[in-house]
Amino acid sequence: MRRRATFLQRIHVDGPLLILLLTLAAGSLFVLYSASGKNWDLLIKQATSFGLGLVSMFVIAQLEPRFMARWVPLAYVAGVILLVVVDVMGHNAMGATRWINIPGVIRFQPSEFMKIIMPATIAWYLAKRTLPPTLKHVAASLALIGIPFVLIVRQPDLGTSLLILASGAFVLFMAGLRWRWILSVLAAAVPVAVAMWFFIMHDYQKQRILTFLDPESDPLGTGWNIIQSKAAIGSGGVFGKGWLLGTQSHLDFLPESHTDFIIAVLGEEFGLVGICALLLIYLLLIGRGLVITAQAQTLYGKLLAGSLTMTFFVYVFVNIGMVSGLLPVVGVPLPFISYGGTSLVTLLSAFGVLMSIHTHRKWIAQV
Amino acid sequence: MSQPIRLKDHEKDARTVRSRVVVGAAAILVLICVLIARLYFLQVIQYEYHSTLSENNRVHVQPIPPTRGLIFDRNGVVVADNRPSFSLSMTRERSGDWRQVLDTIVEVLELSDEDRQLFERRMKQGRRPFEPVPILFELNEEQIARVAVNQFRLPGVEVVAQLVRHYPQGAHFAHSVGYVGRINEKELKTLDPVDYSGTHHIGKTGIERFYEPELHGTVGYEEVETNARGRVLRVLKRTDPKPGKDIVLSLDIKLQEAAEEALGGRRGAIVAMDPRTGEVLAMVSQPSFDPNLFVTGIGFQAYADLRDSIDRPLFNRVLRGLYPPGSTIKPAVAIAGLDSGVINAGSRVFDPGFYQLPNYDHKYRNWNRTGDGWVDLDTAIMRSNDTYFYDLAHKLGIDKLDSYMGQFGIGQKVSLDMFEESPGLMPSREWKRKTRRQAWFPGETLILGIGQGYMQATPLQLAQATALVANKGKWNRPRLARTIEGAPPVDENPMPDIVLRNPSDWGKVTHGMEMVMQGARGTARKAAIGAKYRIAGKSGTAQVVAIRQGEKYDRSKVQERHRDHALFVGFAPADNPRIVVSVMVENGESGSGVAAPVVRQIMDAWLLGPDGQLKPEYASAAGAEITALEE
Repeated sequence: MRRRATFLQRIHVDGPLLILLLTLAAGSLFVLYSASGKNWDLLIKQATSFGLGLVSMFVIAQLEPRFMARWVPLAYVAGVILLVVVDVMGHNAMGATRWINIPGVIRFQPSEFMKIIMPATIAWYLAKRTLPPTLKHVAASLALIGIPFVLIVRQPDLGTSLLILASGAFVLFMAGLRWRWILSVLAAAVPVAVAMWFFIMHDYQKQRILTFLDPESDPLGTGWNIIQSKAAIGSGGVFGKGWLLGTQSHLDFLPESHTDFIIAVLGEEFGLVGICALLLIYLLLIGRGLVITAQAQTLYGKLLAGSLTMTFFVYVFVNIGMVSGLLPVVGVPLPFISYGGTSLVTLLSAFGVLMSIHTHRKWIAQV
Repeated sequence: MSQPIRLKDHEKDARTVRSRVVVGAAAILVLICVLIARLYFLQVIQYEYHSTLSENNRVHVQPIPPTRGLIFDRNGVVVADNRPSFSLSMTRERSGDWRQVLDTIVEVLELSDEDRQLFERRMKQGRRPFEPVPILFELNEEQIARVAVNQFRLPGVEVVAQLVRHYPQGAHFAHSVGYVGRINEKELKTLDPVDYSGTHHIGKTGIERFYEPELHGTVGYEEVETNARGRVLRVLKRTDPKPGKDIVLSLDIKLQEAAEEALGGRRGAIVAMDPRTGEVLAMVSQPSFDPNLFVTGIGFQAYADLRDSIDRPLFNRVLRGLYPPGSTIKPAVAIAGLDSGVINAGSRVFDPGFYQLPNYDHKYRNWNRTGDGWVDLDTAIMRSNDTYFYDLAHKLGIDKLDSYMGQFGIGQKVSLDMFEESPGLMPSREWKRKTRRQAWFPGETLILGIGQGYMQATPLQLAQATALVANKGKWNRPRLARTIEGAPPVDENPMPDIVLRNPSDWGKVTHGMEMVMQGARGTARKAAIGAKYRIAGKSGTAQVVAIRQGEKYDRSKVQERHRDHALFVGFAPADNPRIVVSVMVENGESGSGVAAPVVRQIMDAWLLGPDGQLKPEYASAAGAEITALEE
């Protein structure tokens, strides 16, 4: 039987996603108020960015996936050109190499744009082939991923470039990239890395990698942040010290407490319970994303939705892993919680894509 | 052969993706569990540990600055060391209202308002949270006692013992070794924030600046637990700093003093070096200043006095003083002439007292207005005959002259490790087109032949050009550091040796320079009277004010500061060169009369033993052979 489309479906908004996102936004402002030292200006800016992101999400959700797929190759080419422009300008002007800046008109980071275009491009490419992809198509996809990856590494922005690499790779994974290949690449990587370590790299390069892998060996540099963030999280205990009562973050022990390291504030003030609650909301978002992936009708939609969802998880995992001292420090913000307008708008746009995929299906009643 | 048409199997594709969704979901669940396990470990298992650290006490990472490397002269006399000194430091986060605490400090120590402004500026340069910032250096006993008595009114303020740079030789090495000073905002931006986290001083000039990376060392750190008032309770972990490397200079304090004495309070510059190695033995720029003033921050008035003094004590005349080399360049020009074949040792030029280019009216004058008659190369160098060198320069032409002078280091930095060195200037057609937008005139080549015109060189470059003659073209960049932690410094950018078509040309020019000192008509023969060794030298005069055509140089009319600078370069012993000296006496007027005796005095100080005889190790190679045969 065919159910009538609800109001939300007619305006192409997914209810569960919207509720979860609004919950996160409210939580974010709460934590940010404390982390920023009760800075209202910052809070208003973050709320504005969130509003802007919601508008962007809503607009994107109106676009049909087919329509988007048609423009994806062009957007990819444009994105790569912008990255090249940033590369060239950055080398001329020194610094500020991530931004395209036309004063008074627009100012944005092409690498943010690539976060959505990258998986969309690979999904567009693979959706037209038979699954699982053949070696030739995998090679072509890797080339498409490689160009922007290298350009962003050169900015240099390791965190973003790895996320973009992951978003492309997840499309391949979703498309059923053979396990044999995945395993053989992993198996080949180990001896290559070992050989490079012993025969190619200089001592200072080795040292840099060691510090990267073990930041606590450099307690005056990046290790400082980790030592302090661990103390902040650890001292929060199960229930936390209470809102606005965190001592580590408030005494300026914790640098970047309102951006990349905000989870430490949450951990200190709301304890294990607070972090688990946040993780639960993230899990629900991811779960909804995977449901949307499974129910998508076009292969393009499936691949794109799957990749966006998995990449979102990578954000969460890398950030919390990094702040709690499990992973190297690469500068990835905590989605929706960390202060920063650009990343908010990008993330909400990505969820707009998910909504578009989900709400433009032909026979909705099958839900 | 036709390919089978592959139809897309949508059902199969959907199954593929669905299976991957399941795998992905499983992986996500596993990784979330890893995160929760990690947080459980930190927040539950290690809770006691972290909460103790964070609630009652604080964990601090304190940098331990490395001890700066020492600097010695070539005999091991200390030139720069580190002395313990007490300074007052303040931790902003522990001081509450830190501006008010500053007021209290000023009141307790009875300091001026100017000091307070300085403190405020220093506080604003604080870097890491909870890092103590030193605001006042070299506290005396009374000040330490006053701070101790008033400690209760001064939260976050403590007296800290630190090592501070000290230069026991005072002004002697201010222009070569330089000094350290407090790190300023601009330097802060370019420094490695980790390596310099405990360091407050950095090399600003000279050796201290050039060898900053070697002298500085590597920072160490201490992870300490402190109580809420900042007192260290215990050290959790410690990594020792690596002290900076010690540097042994090639400078010799005794020769340095002898050279300063020889200059006798006049303004000027002296470089003495060993031509075989490029080691600089003495480097004088007078007047000098006390580098210790700069270490802990010089007062505004004291600095203004130094900066604005008409004698310019801060100006490094050896490395940055640019002078037309005058006749001291003639030996190098002679080499250029011989090697390019435009003259030979027997070529003669008639000197009527001036030189004229064909078809030009302008008379280029010899310094000796009556003329020297027929002049060959030997006589030309001995008499410093300008006419001969006008003619030689004209025959060479600017392009060849430029190329040869470049090989002698004129117009480029020659030193290995002297930070401030100025490249000087060797003009060329290209240079004139670029800077003046004019063609090159032949007359300009002529005056270059006697070291006037656009050409400009530092006393160090003149010393190096002379060392090249002494060393028969073998390049050794002049250097101040003899060894760094036992190893000699490496020349990363070596100059190619000057290879002559006929190496005996070196001897011809050296002979001319010997005649300057020892010849019956040598311009500087007075300076060589009674010498126990043979000297090769060349005088020169650097004009300060240009003299117009037809005008005569009248010393009484020219103000003292407008008199010419006296130059002299030389090496000795002439047949076995062990020391090259270049002297510039500001407004000294006469190269042979004023600068040459200074050179002689320095050579005596280096080459003669206490018995007043030539030290046996400096005896000529031929002489040594003879002694060996006699035995």
